[in-house]
Amino acid sequence: MKILAAMSGGVDSAVAAARAVEAGHEVVGVHLALSRMPGTLRTGSRGCCTIEDSMDAQRAANKIGIPFYVWDFSERFKQDVVDDFIAEYSAGRTPNPCMRCNERIKFAALLEKALALGFDALCTGHYASIEQDEKGNLELHRSLAMAKDQSYVLGVLNEQQIKHSFFPLGKAANKEDIRREATERGLSVANKPDSYDICFIPEGDTRDWLSDKIELTPGLIVDTDGEQVAVHDGALGYTVGQRKGLNIGRPAKDGKPRYVLEIRPKENVVVVGPEQALVISELSGRKFSWCGKAPANVSDWFDAEVQVRAHGESHPCKVMVSENQMVIRPISPFRGISPGQTAVIYLGSRVLGQTTIDKTVSAVMEQV
Amino acid sequence: MPVYLDHAATSPIRPSVLERYTRTLAQIGNPASVHSFGQSSRQLLEEAREQIARNLDCDRNEVVFTSGGTESDNLAVKGLYWQRHAEDRNRTLIISSSAEHAAVLDSVNWLVSEQGAEAYFVAMDENGVLDLEDLERVLRERADQVALISLMWANNEIGVVHPIKKITELASNYEIPVHSDAIAALGHIPVNFKESGLSAMTITGHKLGSPVGVGALILSRKQKVTAVLHGGGQERNLRSGTPDAAAADAFALAVEEAVTEQATLAVSHAKLSARLIAGVKLCAPDVKVSSENVERLSNNVHFRFPGCLGDSLLFLMDLNGVSISTGSACAAGVSSPSHVVLSLGADADEAMGTMRITLGHNSTEADIDAFLEAFPKAHEGAKKAGLTRR
Repeated sequence: MKILAAMSGGVDSAVAAARAVEAGHEVVGVHLALSRMPGTLRTGSRGCCTIEDSMDAQRAANKIGIPFYVWDFSERFKQDVVDDFIAEYSAGRTPNPCMRCNERIKFAALLEKALALGFDALCTGHYASIEQDEKGNLELHRSLAMAKDQSYVLGVLNEQQIKHSFFPLGKAANKEDIRREATERGLSVANKPDSYDICFIPEGDTRDWLSDKIELTPGLIVDTDGEQVAVHDGALGYTVGQRKGLNIGRPAKDGKPRYVLEIRPKENVVVVGPEQALVISELSGRKFSWCGKAPANVSDWFDAEVQVRAHGESHPCKVMVSENQMVIRPISPFRGISPGQTAVIYLGSRVLGQTTIDKTVSAVMEQV
Repeated sequence: MPVYLDHAATSPIRPSVLERYTRTLAQIGNPASVHSFGQSSRQLLEEAREQIARNLDCDRNEVVFTSGGTESDNLAVKGLYWQRHAEDRNRTLIISSSAEHAAVLDSVNWLVSEQGAEAYFVAMDENGVLDLEDLERVLRERADQVALISLMWANNEIGVVHPIKKITELASNYEIPVHSDAIAALGHIPVNFKESGLSAMTITGHKLGSPVGVGALILSRKQKVTAVLHGGGQERNLRSGTPDAAAADAFALAVEEAVTEQATLAVSHAKLSARLIAGVKLCAPDVKVSSENVERLSNNVHFRFPGCLGDSLLFLMDLNGVSISTGSACAAGVSSPSHVVLSLGADADEAMGTMRITLGHNSTEADIDAFLEAFPKAHEGAKKAGLTRR
């Protein structure tokens, strides 16, 4: 096959590209320039946005012996990921920009370009595995290396995208093996630190970064009875479930800590309350997709598991599609869900689909 | 063997230059040393200076060796600005153009943002031809504020040639020094320093077939300039640092060969370019050829393809063994919309759909054959990938 290897400058994508070459494919490396004004040197734990990262990717491609190019997707990235991130926060939601990047840049704009330019597939260093069922349908599965499993952020892929994806690290047992392999292959990125933060937020402080982009107006922090407990300097940028940084002087009546339960952007109000109010018994989203073939009968409740953050645990649940919404009911209600986040549905190790959460229902109180 | 059609980025070293350079690299001695080794190196350096002076028609003392085009442009623009501004504090205006090479443009912009200078960019038409009436007007109105004029002899991206002689004549009415980056012009059109009326002229070796890392600023002996680099006082106290005698010698040979063969090469390049343009038009009738009907370099062909990304074209041509460019190369390896094409009034999409082919001393008919063979499929693929852009 003719394969385009997306190379971030990190160790995983470098080893993935090397494995694709070894598997006998014709491979070309490409680094995505996602910023018009890239920094010179990498700082902290951000990955893939600096000239240093681009050079790291190039050096890896040289070592592997494949042609290498830098493609500029900065305009698309700004529109589809950065502006979306700002708009989501402005609407009081908590978005996952890595998911948007996979959905709209890597496995959309980049994959489309690759196919148009004559490639058969896109290779990345994601820890996830593509399998075939007995009928030959392609399925996306969790990686063997559970600690590094990245199937969650790939939950947005559809059948066509899976068909043209190639994840050579899906069967890796753990990250250490990949680093060892990189060392053996003489790749200089073998010991490069993992990236964790959002790549376009230089200092890692989301609220501080947002404060330049969104006009923050001071407003009220209220409790669930609507009573004022404090003031904030701008409702946007708070995250549901957040406890720190609320600066509420006096303790709650029950003496227990308070958490952000809800952000009301129109009223510029942040609602806080006890931890148990964060426990969610139902969540739903209008924007949903199936990862591979859709299940046969989705208008009836079926058993699945739901995961709501990249490296979070999964929870047994019931799922159905009703009135063009994916509705998910955890068997045991759990906390830590905020509108804007993505709920990924699993059947065992298989990724079944996903929805961006619009609405949550608190187990103890009615909440929008 | 891939075909190389990007001589404006850098041109292969000439066999004669390579042979001489590998010999002179063994030469021992700092040209500033007094002993016999030093004297031998000094001789090599000074003979190189004289060889360049002969071929560009300037005084030997007017050749200031530098590390290349960027350094020469920085020395000319900043050095002239500082000197002229020090002589008269009213002189803060720099006249240039928005289609200059980054080495000039960014030096001007730095002087504006950090040193209180003001820039005036001469108007151009959609072919990149400078509006000399605009230049004349600004000189008439503001001559006493002008520190310098810096306008390139020929544009490195789109190949348009500027009337340097006319520009220096206009400036001479007000005794304003003119600098010109002549890198793209040298070897492709006649370049004569004395006749040009320039005060300063940038040239570099590696576009002519010398090693990379050596160039010169040809600086009129009448023109004072403030140094950028300070140290041992070499090169008329304008460019401190141990001179690279072997590189200067190789550079001088490349200049001589380029100047000697210029007229013959221009004829053969014009033929190759015409074939290339005809072949591309046949396959892509909607193509625009930049600055097609104005005075331009015969070794430069610059296309704009509607609905295509230049980097897709480059990629597909490269995979098929033909190396071309989208415009000028950039540090991060990203093809940005060309500032030159944007300055001609093109929109961002048009500025992203560019392809530049530049010929050099060893370009042949076979190179054009290879290009025309690879092009139709690359164009088709790039068109399909369209503007799924950025």
